[in-house]
Amino acid sequence: MASPAILAENVRKCFGDVEALKDVSFSATEGTVLGLLGPNGAGKTTAVRILTTLLRPDGGHASVLGYDVCTHAQEVRSSIGLAGQYAAVDENLTAAENLRLVGRLTQMSPSDIRSRSRALLDEFGLADAADRLVRTFSGGMRRRLDLAAALVHQPPVFFLDEPTTGLDPQGRTDLWAVIERLVHGGNTVLLTTQYLEEADRLADRIVVIDHGTVIAEGTSAELKARLGATVIEIGFEDPSVIATAAEKLRSVGEVTRVSDGLQVSVADGAGSMLETVRILDHSALAPTAIALHEPTLDDVFFALTGHAAEDATANGAADGGRAKRRGRKEQA
Amino acid sequence: MTATTVTAPTSRANLVRPSVVGDSITIAWRNLLNMKRNPQLLVFSTIQPVIFVLMFRYVFGGAIRSLPGVPYVDFLMPGVFVQTILFGSLNTGIGLADDLSKGLIERFRSLPMARSAVLIGRTLADLVRDAFVVVLMCAVGYAVDWRPAGSLAQIVGGLVIMLLFAYALSWLFAIVGMSVRDGETAQAASFPLMAPLLFASSAFVPLHTMPGWLQTFARHQPVSIVVNATRGLTLGHPSTGDVLSAAAWIVGIIAVCAPLAARKYRRTV
Repeated sequence: MASPAILAENVRKCFGDVEALKDVSFSATEGTVLGLLGPNGAGKTTAVRILTTLLRPDGGHASVLGYDVCTHAQEVRSSIGLAGQYAAVDENLTAAENLRLVGRLTQMSPSDIRSRSRALLDEFGLADAADRLVRTFSGGMRRRLDLAAALVHQPPVFFLDEPTTGLDPQGRTDLWAVIERLVHGGNTVLLTTQYLEEADRLADRIVVIDHGTVIAEGTSAELKARLGATVIEIGFEDPSVIATAAEKLRSVGEVTRVSDGLQVSVADGAGSMLETVRILDHSALAPTAIALHEPTLDDVFFALTGHAAEDATANGAADGGRAKRRGRKEQA
Repeated sequence: MTATTVTAPTSRANLVRPSVVGDSITIAWRNLLNMKRNPQLLVFSTIQPVIFVLMFRYVFGGAIRSLPGVPYVDFLMPGVFVQTILFGSLNTGIGLADDLSKGLIERFRSLPMARSAVLIGRTLADLVRDAFVVVLMCAVGYAVDWRPAGSLAQIVGGLVIMLLFAYALSWLFAIVGMSVRDGETAQAASFPLMAPLLFASSAFVPLHTMPGWLQTFARHQPVSIVVNATRGLTLGHPSTGDVLSAAAWIVGIIAVCAPLAARKYRRTV
């Protein structure tokens, strides 16, 4: 493939004195899902708005399917579907009329619009609600219709800006299923999210963005690996045995002392676990608890930024609590 | 039916060639459907001018000295028309602000459609609504003894000037709507702009009853000029000067506000 389906090179954007994006670069190969992960205000939406021609970058270069967003905006708009943070559907139209609106505005023939709308409404579980006014829809239904509306003209590249923000857990799970099907259809997708679980589940590659800069990039597995490894957490009732245990377990991995026990960073979770149990048993050191802790993207984010992913608008209490919990992990 | 048949991409999208006329009609269709689905909005925006007709006709009318030899109701109706279309054109701004706050403008701007169509379509739909309300007001006027002396052609001409003025104002309020970004604020922001234009004008009272400094403003502001043009036509003694001034204001407002509104639309996210 000559050029990636989605490309941002050294993109900068300021709003007055605020630098929303400082030299951001990332790309997505055709047919893959790129997750743009970061807290509120990180610059994710600004990046999406630049790539969808809604905003012009102050510097750098952005393109979709090789078309520059500034000089070939019409080509870009012909190639993309955008589902933004709000369900951008008209409440006073029916579901079918909303799709027809987009179809007509993208110069589709009436028969194409009819067949395409029917297929999309079926696909998104809205067939029964096709002729109902959208103002009677639940939040989850509106989001699904919003996704369908962005797909009417069969764009090969698709931008999903925080598609599940504000949905209840059931709505989120339903929407994930829809997005996964979309992804399997072979579209190129850029997905922004502040939910680590969402990026982990849906994205092939993840770009972590914070305060307008890319701070990490890779597959979910690569990002997790950057944290070091899997951690075995061992608790002891009698604090006097902790030092002995730490000595014995040095052969398994990097041992860290925490308040009520030990953490052992290991490369191979299951094997090391067996080894640990064997050593402890052999030395007659009985733990009160032993657990295998796989790193989550949450850990990665915290390790990379020094603040929790949900930090966003400086939620002091939550952030402080998170930092404290994570603090246990630091070298004793 | 499997997922892949519906969501499978085309390898490369075809370049969409937008049509300004077609897209504007599509947007107007969408806005007219919105009005049809919210008839209460139309009802309430009609009730207000009806109350004004009744109030001025029967409450204040007796105390207001109209032009010599002209019944007050014949003097009044062009003022009611201008009031109707002033409040009507507010809806252009309110509607755009609503579309903005709900993310619809963002969707439209991400589509390969004609960029001017959102504004043209909305102002056209509002013009259709204004025409409907003005015809309705004519019926109300007839019911309260509005019997203008002008010929049918003159009366229709007067109403056309009124509607063209309404269309021009829609562009002005489009700018307001896209600047404030939510419907309620658009309404609140527009009222201080509108009240002096409507009341410090020849819409309801003859200008010579106002203090001198106010007369100077009232005489030259567009609402008075448009009312005078329409009033002259409906009363059967049109003034070419008033009609030309009104036309100049209409063209002038569109020439200034339409490009500004288009610019605002392109830059608003």
